[in-house]
Parts: sequence; structure tokens; C-alpha cells
Amino acid sequence: MSGYIHELKELIKKVEATRPSRLESARKNEHFPALSMEDRMKWLSSYHPDFKDEGRRKVKVGPNKGDVLPEEVVDVFESRSRLDLKEVNLDNVDFETDVLVIGGGGAGTAAALMAESEGKSVIISTKLRHGDANTIMAEGGIQGATQEGDSPHYHYLDVMGGGHFTNSPDLVAALVNDAPLIIDWLEELGMMFNKYADGRLMVRHGGGTCRKRMHSSGDMTGAEIMRVIRDEAKNRKGINVMEFSPAVELILDREGRCAGAVLYNLETREYYVVKAKAVVLATGGFGRLHIQGFATTNHYGATADGLVIAYRAGVKTCFLEATQYHPTGVVYPEQNVGLLITEKVRGLGAQLVNSEGNQFCFPLEPRDVESACIIRECLDIGKGIMTPTGRIGVWLDSPMIDLLHGEGTVKKELPAKYIQFKRYGIDISKEPMLVYPTLHYQNGGLEINEFAETSVPGLFSAGEVSGGIHGKNRLMGNSLLDVLVFGRRAGCRASEYVSGKKSAGSALTLDHVKRFHKELERAGLKDAPTAPILLPDYTPDEVKSRRWEK
Amino acid sequence: MSKKKIIKPLSVGDKTIPPEGAKKIPVYIMGKEYLIPETLTILKAIEYAGYKYTRGCGCRGGICGACAVYYRIKGSYKLKSGLACQTVIEPDMILAQLPFFPVNRPDYKMDVFKEDAHAAFRKIYPEVFKCVGCGTCTRVCPMDIDVMDYIALMKRGELKKAAEKSFDCVMCGLCASRCPAQISQFMAAMLVRRINGRYLTPRAEHLKKRKKEVKSGKYEKFLKALRKLSQDELKKLYIEREREPDLSEPGWMPEDTTRL
Repeated sequence: MSGYIHELKELIKKVEATRPSRLESARKNEHFPALSMEDRMKWLSSYHPDFKDEGRRKVKVGPNKGDVLPEEVVDVFESRSRLDLKEVNLDNVDFETDVLVIGGGGAGTAAALMAESEGKSVIISTKLRHGDANTIMAEGGIQGATQEGDSPHYHYLDVMGGGHFTNSPDLVAALVNDAPLIIDWLEELGMMFNKYADGRLMVRHGGGTCRKRMHSSGDMTGAEIMRVIRDEAKNRKGINVMEFSPAVELILDREGRCAGAVLYNLETREYYVVKAKAVVLATGGFGRLHIQGFATTNHYGATADGLVIAYRAGVKTCFLEATQYHPTGVVYPEQNVGLLITEKVRGLGAQLVNSEGNQFCFPLEPRDVESACIIRECLDIGKGIMTPTGRIGVWLDSPMIDLLHGEGTVKKELPAKYIQFKRYGIDISKEPMLVYPTLHYQNGGLEINEFAETSVPGLFSAGEVSGGIHGKNRLMGNSLLDVLVFGRRAGCRASEYVSGKKSAGSALTLDHVKRFHKELERAGLKDAPTAPILLPDYTPDEVKSRRWEK
Repeated sequence: MSKKKIIKPLSVGDKTIPPEGAKKIPVYIMGKEYLIPETLTILKAIEYAGYKYTRGCGCRGGICGACAVYYRIKGSYKLKSGLACQTVIEPDMILAQLPFFPVNRPDYKMDVFKEDAHAAFRKIYPEVFKCVGCGTCTRVCPMDIDVMDYIALMKRGELKKAAEKSFDCVMCGLCASRCPAQISQFMAAMLVRRINGRYLTPRAEHLKKRKKEVKSGKYEKFLKALRKLSQDELKKLYIEREREPDLSEPGWMPEDTTRL
């Protein structure tokens, strides 16, 4: 059994039937008309998940009370602690450290390395293995103005424009000014960048850049960054990594300073009290909450844990209403679900067509508009294609690429994607792909300043869990940069804070959680479910219905 | 006009809901039989059976190496391996995942590889030089890396080549789990790649220069000026910025060099 099933093969015949005429138009440079600015807004407001009232509601409690956010986010914000607070004994400290870093991805590891370099003792608490994070999944690259014809000035303009000028200027300035230092740091650590023979870094353009500043390492830039900084962390005596031990609650002291966290051993189901002089939160994003039911390109652990526990501690969030959906995520075969198909495919001439083989949109609309068009075609017009596993999508007619540019173009320009489909018996240079928008990135997050400080003294935050850097929309290549810039800044600032005289010292408390529970009760949410959820649940309903225990 | 037919997706997120009547095949998860709809990956088949992962699951996209798996097909002596998120189930598959595998990974300081990298490497991983050349590592690698070959390159001191050859490694541990010479191949490869990045590849001269400029505070004044601009002034600069041509040569320079 390989390739498309019979039913889908039959539908592909309709795509093949219209292909010659579509090719002829494409050769004459005649395109399906792009939407007018007016229609764009109409399509977006009707079909883009960010613009829909459906699937969002007002938060009833906490620092963002009254804000309208995606339901899945509100659900975890309006939640109770996993802990039975009466059972927790904070006098019994299991581990003590200068800096507790929560999250073992790119941001957390960078923070730990900087804090350790400053002579601080560090514990990294991570939910899965050290390095299990979205960082490893970033393929494209990392931005940084390292070339003579570029500078942080231009990088700044690009980032602000990409975010529709909603970004926090101070955070953007920090991001772009540190960027060359980050590339230098990675080179020093022994990362294998794509380089010319004389050592010059190879750079490319990304969407929305005015200078070529995308550095890469094959098509696994994030994986290379992660494995290098993780390897370095292993060499550092002052860093102790606790795997499979996510944080489920922050601990404050009597003065309201962050003073540690309660960790949960996923395997023995014990809780531990960690006392720390400073805490860095680097828990990543919310992709696995599957906002509005979307499949995601995110890591298994991306369940917004850090957002939840910081929210209870009083940290405000920003831009969480803006979610980045990539228009073309794979929906078939099942093993490739969520796999990202780069914009390059459409740039090379592949068109989006519906179940009848007809085009329904201009293939290179902005990401959010393109996503809206696909959703409209499937859910409103009803010309989507259903897969055997109950997913829905439209055709991305990749065979057009070889027909337009010559035999072998697909293999040469998209080697990884070609192999990933070939493995399952689909030759994307001969057969189209089935795609649907996929949840890609949490644009927003916890409010921080340029030193990665939150509003809670002693609590720092870095990476996807923070917001404001990218405003409402992030450009490619700035997330790998973001995690390292703010991870390092958080580690440095936390160390300074620990060395100063203001760090936590008085008795540990979870009073903020008790207060949050009271607020829930007042809002009529006494029986709210518990969070953070830690791991997504993909158990089929049939299995669940057989779990007969109380 | 065709009649408007609205279809609603059944499967949301990563949960798989097969349509009624989907063909189910027997799969033996750690020896125990479950009937699973065909076309699922091993990872999703195990979740379909009712397991919830803590170990053995990561990126779900073939890059993190968390889900190494061994399997046999009933009736065949052949031992196969792969990544659970990238391998489709087959009828009568008997499988077990490798959630963790102990490896040898000594600590090191990168400075020791500056002079004679090969000699220093030998001190850290002497077992690499005891490779018996059986080729099992190459056969089990889910990324189709010729592991035995990069080990041979390490032995010969061709560290740059070994680094490049091992580049696609996802550190799943399958090679180490089958090595009769008890080598932790993927950990040795990690070190060799870092040696290559740090010492065997020329450093970027333009980056050194830029680092100095940043440290001198040169760009802070540009950035400060940008932050003082009104939204409209900033938008104007954004719209007017000169775009580097797609086919520019390395070292390209813009017309306006006052902000570089």
C-alpha cells in the first residue's frame, strides 16, 4: 500500500484534466486575479481564524481579564492548579539553585549557558528531553546583519514592517543589535554554518527582508543550533538538567519575588520544590493546544505551560490574539500531517486547486489571506477534499513546476520534500499534494522588557513564551534569533539579579495561586479544569469510552 | 451549478479519526496485538491503541530522534528499525520503541582540539578506533547516513569529512544500540562536527568586524534615532528601503551607506 488511495486518484484526474489549460494561461503570465484590498479584508474577517468571533471569548480572570482570546488559550488561563495546595509543603525544599531555568529548548539552554558563565548554579527543568523544543524544528535559518551591506538599522525596519508596526520598539532594537553577536557566538561554539571556502557566511533573502541576512545550516538550522548549545551545556559543571520534570507552578516569596517552582516528575508522579534566587521561563509556545482545531507544525510539548503559571503569578500577556497560520501544511498522507510546504513551491508556479480541479485564489497572496482562501473553499464553498483519516484540504498542483521549468526542477529545488513524499509512494513532481493551513507560531506571549524581565521581580522570560518582539506577525528567521537573543539576555540579567541584594530570601508561598483560585470562584468558575495540561491527548474516543474507572 | 456540498473535517489536531469501514490490520505493540487502521505511522498507531507518550515522542516530524523503533514482521528473521513518526505500520508488525539508550559522552573543553584535533579526539573517544567494520550502524540508521564510513573517516583523521558525512544525524541512538564495539557513534560525531565548525573551517572575517562595530555601540545610535520616529516616518523609511537584488554577489553594497 503506497501512494494515493483509489478515491483520491480518481479526484486527481480532475486536476489533470484542467492542468493543460491552467498551464497555458500560466505561460502567458495570466493569473487567477488577486483579491482587492477590500475583498482581502472581507475574506480575512470571514475566514481567517484570527478574525473570527467564533472560537474566541473574553477571559474572566487574571491580568488580561476582559481581553478576547482564542478559546483554547482562555481555557488554560481560566484553570485551577494541578496541586492540592493543602498537601504542598514548601518548607521541605528538594533542590536549591541560583537560577532555575524552566524549559530546555533554545532559549532556556542559552540562558543557562550565560548564567553558568557568570558562575551561577543552574537547574534546567524540562518537560521532555533536553532539546525537545520547536527550536530543533526550525529549518529555514537565522537572521542577523553580518554582511557589509547590511546593518541592524535595516534589520530593525524589516522586523517592524513584518509585524505591521505593532512590535515593541525596545525589544526589536535589542533583537537586531544582538543578532551579529549571536551568529558569532554560535560560530565560536562550533556550529557548522553554510559558508564559502574563505569562511564568509552564506546568506539568503527571507520573506520581507531588504537585505540577505538569513544564515543557515543545510535545511536543519534549528536542529544544528540546538544540538551544539545542548552539547556545550553538557560540558558545564554548573548546569544540572532535570528531564521529564515540567514546572506546574511558580513559587513566590512573601515580598512577591519569584523564588522557585514546583516541578512534576512525569514518570513517578511526584512533585518537587525547587528554591531559586531567580527563575527564567522559556517554555515555548501553544501549538499543541490546536487553536480552533488546527493541525500544527509544533513539537509535542508545546502546550503553553509557562503562559499558564506566569499568568497566575500576575504576568500580563500581549498579542495572543494573533496566531501565525502557514497556508500550506500537509494533510495527506497521515504521516506527513502538519509538515510545512514552503512558499517557494507556489513561487515556482504550483497552483492551489479545489476538488473539481479549478483554481480559487491567486497563489501568492500574503500568508494570512491565502489561508483564509483555503478555509473558505473547504468549509464554506464545500469544494475541499476529504482524506481517509477525516482531514480536509485542497490540491497544491506541484507537477506544474516541472512542466513550467523543465524536468527535474522539483527534485533540485525541493529535495527534502520530494524525499518525504517519495517515501510514501507519492512523486510530487507527477502528483499534486493535499494541503490545509497549519498552526505554526505563537506571535504573542508574556510581556517583557529588553532585559527579558517580567513584571514579577526575579522572573525572566525568553523565547516563544514571550510576546511583543514580532508584534502581530513574525518574519522567517527571527524566531531562532529571538530565542537566543532573549535567552542570553535573560541568563545575564538573572545572574546580575542574583548577585545583587534584591533577590528572593523570605519564606516561600503559593498564595498567588490561592488568590487566583478565589478569583475563579468569584467569576463562577469554581469547577474549572486543571492546567498546565503538560501533554496533548490524542486518545481516540472509542478508547476513552472504555475507561470505566471513576 | 453544482450543488453546494459542505464537508466538515473529522480529524482535528493530531487525533486521527478514520472513516467507518477503514481496513484494520494487526500490529503487535511490545508483543500485544491491536487492530489499527492501515496508513497510520507507528507513532500514531500506538496513540490510536490508547497509549499516551511521555518518552519516545518529540517533534513528530522526523528531526528530533526521540522515537527510534525496532520491529520485525511476523515470519521473518529480519530485524528492522526506523523512526516511529516516519514509518508506516504493516500487517503483523511486532514493535518496540527505544525510548532511551545509555551512551558514553565524556566532558571536554573545546580548546584542546586547537592544535592536534585528531590526537585530542582519540583521547576522548578511544573506542572509535576499535570499530570492527561490521556495518550494522549504517544498516540501522533511519537517516540513511553511512555511519560506518564516517567512523572510518574519524579513524583516519579526516575529521572534516566525517563531520560533513554525519551532518543529517538526528541522534536517535539506533547506531549505538547495535554496535558490537560499543561505540557511541552519534556522540563522537557531535564532537567532530563542533571541532569542524570551530577549528577546521575558516572563521568569517566580516563577522569579526561586525562584532567589533556592535560592541562599540555604533548601531545603538541608529536604533535610538529609529525609535524616536513617528509611525508615519518609520513607514516611509520602510517603504523606501533599498532591496538587495536576488542575484547579488557576496559583499554587495547598497547606494546609501550612511546607516551601515
